[in-house]
Amino acid sequence: MPRVCLREPLKRLAGNRAEHDLAGATVGELLQALEGAHPAISGWILDERGVMRRHINVFVNGERGAQDTDVEAEDRIDVLPAISGG
Amino acid sequence: MTELLVGTKKGLFVLEGEPGSGFELTARAFAGEPVEYALRDPRSGVLLAAVSSPFYGPKVFFTDDPAGEWDQASGIALPGGGDEALEKIWILRLGEADGQIYAGGDPGVLFESRDGGATFELNRGLWEQPTRPTWHPGGGGLCLHSIETWPGDPDRLAVAISAAGVWLTDDGGQSWRQGNEGLRPRYLPEDTPEDEVALCVHRLRRHPHRPERIFMQFHGGVYRSDDAGESWNDIAPGLPSDFGFPLAIDPADSDSAYVIPLVADMDRVTPEGRVRVYETRDAGASWTPRGDGLPPQNAYLTILREAFERVGEGGGLELYFGATSGAVFGSGDAGASWFNVAKNLPPVYSMAAS
Repeated sequence: MPRVCLREPLKRLAGNRAEHDLAGATVGELLQALEGAHPAISGWILDERGVMRRHINVFVNGERGAQDTDVEAEDRIDVLPAISGG
Repeated sequence: MTELLVGTKKGLFVLEGEPGSGFELTARAFAGEPVEYALRDPRSGVLLAAVSSPFYGPKVFFTDDPAGEWDQASGIALPGGGDEALEKIWILRLGEADGQIYAGGDPGVLFESRDGGATFELNRGLWEQPTRPTWHPGGGGLCLHSIETWPGDPDRLAVAISAAGVWLTDDGGQSWRQGNEGLRPRYLPEDTPEDEVALCVHRLRRHPHRPERIFMQFHGGVYRSDDAGESWNDIAPGLPSDFGFPLAIDPADSDSAYVIPLVADMDRVTPEGRVRVYETRDAGASWTPRGDGLPPQNAYLTILREAFERVGEGGGLELYFGATSGAVFGSGDAGASWFNVAKNLPPVYSMAAS
């Protein structure tokens, strides 16, 4: 299964685990599966519309991805806050 | 001992002290995160904070110890699967019923908690208000920033939205009606219909001992209502400017109000480089500048709508406000004289005092 990798504070909300093997064909499906497994993370990556928050970045095997990026069994998906702020 | 909860662009700062003897920073929470508002519920001792992470979205948290762990409140979200997402929580307010706490936010939404802030529920009456599709945001978003309860009656509420005017309910938020008669927005054509919703209210304050009286800072205008927000009378004459954001009152005197004028909507700084609070004790018939101890020159500050608060009343009235410069000022004598509470905080978004 694809592996979703989290850092703080998302890791803490997902059972204090950094790596999560989840079923799904796209990044969006994996993030929904993550919410299903760990409801405390609901609303932190995806908003209530189910849309990935603007300042969250995902990388699939090190390359920039998006919510609709296809994923395969051995893929690694990193979820990171964007470089932004003031 | 007075406790100040200062919400800033870079976290919550808790300061404790007394006028005349200085204030100390006793805790900082949510370091690096914008804290729009924080509130201590004196009924439970619980402290709540509205945090708008640019990364992870708006949340409300609660704790018994601001320096310790915080728990996330549930229910702070719009209905799932819709077209809109919650942008920000602007304000938290104590309700009149046990455990009742309100949260107001963008896009023009009101949440209610009945368990002291652990869980919230969206007010459906306002969310489904038929005119909502015509509501337009002000520069800060479609923010519900003022929630004024009616002492002793949880069913009666006045809220204000920038820029969708004043909304009133007498049935606990099941139904809402506008309360905008008499408001004169200069940013709209003169022949704008009376029922126009695009009214940019900046702040409301209801007098607790005379609850039908509400003062308002408008986007160009200062008003008073003596009929619980149904209609409004202009009380700006006598002020150096009728533009500003926050407003405070002295609960002991229903003729009292304090505003902090800024130059104008196109120049949102203190006029003439002087920081002055203006006080009325005759319901807006006249205004008196209160600047003793405030920066008298070369001071171009912006004080936001939630950044001015009071504690106590009458002879014991203390006033506190913070600026986007990071300076915080206080008065222990109802505005007659002022002192520096803090000089170098991050930009101040909000102030709560208890």
